[in-house]
Amino acid sequence: MQMIRFFRSSSPFRPSPFQMALSYLILGFWTFVVLFPIYWLVVTSFKLPSQVTQGPRYIPFVDFQPSLHAWQYIFVDVRNDTFRPYANTVIVGLVSSALALIIGASSAYALVRFRYRPKLGLVGIFIALVALCVVAIAINIPWQLAVPIAVALFIIAIPTLGPRMKRSLSNSDIAFWMISQRILPPVAVIIPVYVLYQQIGNTTGFKLLDTRLGLIIVYIAANLPIVVWLLRDYFQSIPIELEECAQIDGASPLRIFWSIVLPLSVPGLVATFLFILVFAWNEYLFALFLSSSQAQTMPLTVAAQNATRGPQWWYMSVLILIMIAPVILMAIVLERYIAKGLLVGAVKG
Amino acid sequence: MTATAKSNIPSSSSLSGVHRGHASLSDRVARSLFIWPAVVILLFFSIFPLIVSLWLSFSRIKFVRGGVEIIHVGWANYRKILLGSEQPRLLGVIGQPSLAGWILFALIVAALIYMMVHYVRNERVTPIGFGLRLALNIFLAALAWLAVSTISPNGRPGALIVTFLYVFVGIALQYLIGLGLALLTAQQLPGRRFFRVVFLLPMMITPVGVAFMFRMLTDTVVGPFSPVWKAIGLGGTSWVNNPWGARAAVIIGDVWQWTPFMFIILLAAIEAQQVEPIEAAIVDGANRWQIFRYITLPAILPVSSALVLIRMIEGFKIIDLPNVLTNGGPGTATESLTLSAFVFWRTLDIGGSAAIAYILLIIVTIISVAFVNLVRRRFSEVA
Repeated sequence: MQMIRFFRSSSPFRPSPFQMALSYLILGFWTFVVLFPIYWLVVTSFKLPSQVTQGPRYIPFVDFQPSLHAWQYIFVDVRNDTFRPYANTVIVGLVSSALALIIGASSAYALVRFRYRPKLGLVGIFIALVALCVVAIAINIPWQLAVPIAVALFIIAIPTLGPRMKRSLSNSDIAFWMISQRILPPVAVIIPVYVLYQQIGNTTGFKLLDTRLGLIIVYIAANLPIVVWLLRDYFQSIPIELEECAQIDGASPLRIFWSIVLPLSVPGLVATFLFILVFAWNEYLFALFLSSSQAQTMPLTVAAQNATRGPQWWYMSVLILIMIAPVILMAIVLERYIAKGLLVGAVKG
Repeated sequence: MTATAKSNIPSSSSLSGVHRGHASLSDRVARSLFIWPAVVILLFFSIFPLIVSLWLSFSRIKFVRGGVEIIHVGWANYRKILLGSEQPRLLGVIGQPSLAGWILFALIVAALIYMMVHYVRNERVTPIGFGLRLALNIFLAALAWLAVSTISPNGRPGALIVTFLYVFVGIALQYLIGLGLALLTAQQLPGRRFFRVVFLLPMMITPVGVAFMFRMLTDTVVGPFSPVWKAIGLGGTSWVNNPWGARAAVIIGDVWQWTPFMFIILLAAIEAQQVEPIEAAIVDGANRWQIFRYITLPAILPVSSALVLIRMIEGFKIIDLPNVLTNGGPGTATESLTLSAFVFWRTLDIGGSAAIAYILLIIVTIISVAFVNLVRRRFSEVA
């Protein structure tokens, strides 16, 4: 033990004074690179318009007299325009991340502990039927007719054709399929979703465009691959013995998952939740396509500052600051979880 | 680290160790309940949109009273993008490559030929493997030629090449900076926790916010660095009005935002290394560079290849930064493929938008599958 300690402290991780000075210099420089834009944001939010347009002023109380006018404008004068998107972002972010975490965690667990053997042929038939449905609807066969027929055909195919098929997929195939959904460019997915939402709204009157629900559904789908990817490896690292004991004691799979596996995985769950929450919080493209006024989220509000009367840096700075404050706080508190949670996925991914 | 982690992972034979055997009805229902919600959601948001997108890319859509009218137009959308009126925007204007461009192109082709020869000589050659590699190399050579001939004095790169620039220049910078910072922070320096937390922050900031920040910072009149610009005689000129300046601004913003992702995972990987080989190397008198080259680098290569793959997949989706930082401009100089697709959609050319999206999808799929098979598998074997 003593030997190891001795070697560790004299390992290359312990630099000489010169190397230490150089390291601090470089690290200090990057700290400046990271913090200066954020500092500039904070400073700008306390400036009067004239103090911005007359050229750069760097230090409050020295270079210029700080003013709260921009904060007052955002929080008092246009508070409805601020709070509604903010509430949208909070609700859409939290709800979609929580649901994605629950759905994704349960399927990640299932892929680790149960064996699934879907027949390759049935998957092919399913995709063919979906394609046929799309074509049928395209040539003006009403969807009320096409979809039930396709569903019926598929249900007939399961018991009749299913047992004759030899080749089946394994759990890792399913996991690969789920995780690879992240490769799809969102722009390829969002156009049909937009059309679908619009059609649902037109035919049934159930509004999904420009609603929080519409965004939540899309964000769940977008974040599921990340959840499955990160948590599958996490669940694999949990010893199986505990679960076997519980099973002998007669616990159902659902109960084992809920009261043994999930409590043991809290660090992984926290890292994953934070990661997908940041994605949902900052998401821009889906919100751009699917929301216009009612369900507008903060990234859109911030981006929209551009269009009206040129860039008004002071208001923008306030908006960006109140938007990034919660996630930055979480990042500072949960820094350790993030690195560990991500590493597990990246090693095996 | 991997050794301790692996001992806990059940081998694939014990995959269904729990819950095997007596599969009662309630157990079977529970199994379905576990996986079906995710499968249904992903089916709805991947298979269905993919098929519809493909079909939309062959149609023209008109918004008429009370619904939409969809006309089948065959390859017209793709023709417009790849050969017709929108070719300069998406593929670029082809010019005479400069000497440096020719040299670069020759180097790339030489590297591709070398890889082919290496494969034929050293690996088991199968017809499918050979055919796929040949197709991939021709595809990459064509891309390289497009790049050097559009990035030339009288050419103009389109969204395709600009997207590739964002992805590859961005990832290279992010990886190198992230690795350097991770190596420095892994040393036993007092205060390293502070650096770890600070370096993580940019990743959390919304890309739209990052775009505005860098618009402020690159402003040569009211930005904080305007005295510097004035001093070197560039005061009053705007980065954002010069195509290459604007592209550089987008890449700088992207690097600022995503270096933390590389940094934090590389740092975790470096800290998770086993200590014994390093101790042995020190005893044998290895210097720092040798330890990095022969111990640390092989240990972090699998993670590195995963990181590059993840950033590549995410990087091809870039839209917020160019849209807000430069508005795609000057002209369409900073447009990425996703941004082009959005602009087409906004002008109600939904067929064209879907066609761009599909081209992007095909490119991302080719690049990631090739990367997984040719690069990542090799690194995983080494480790």
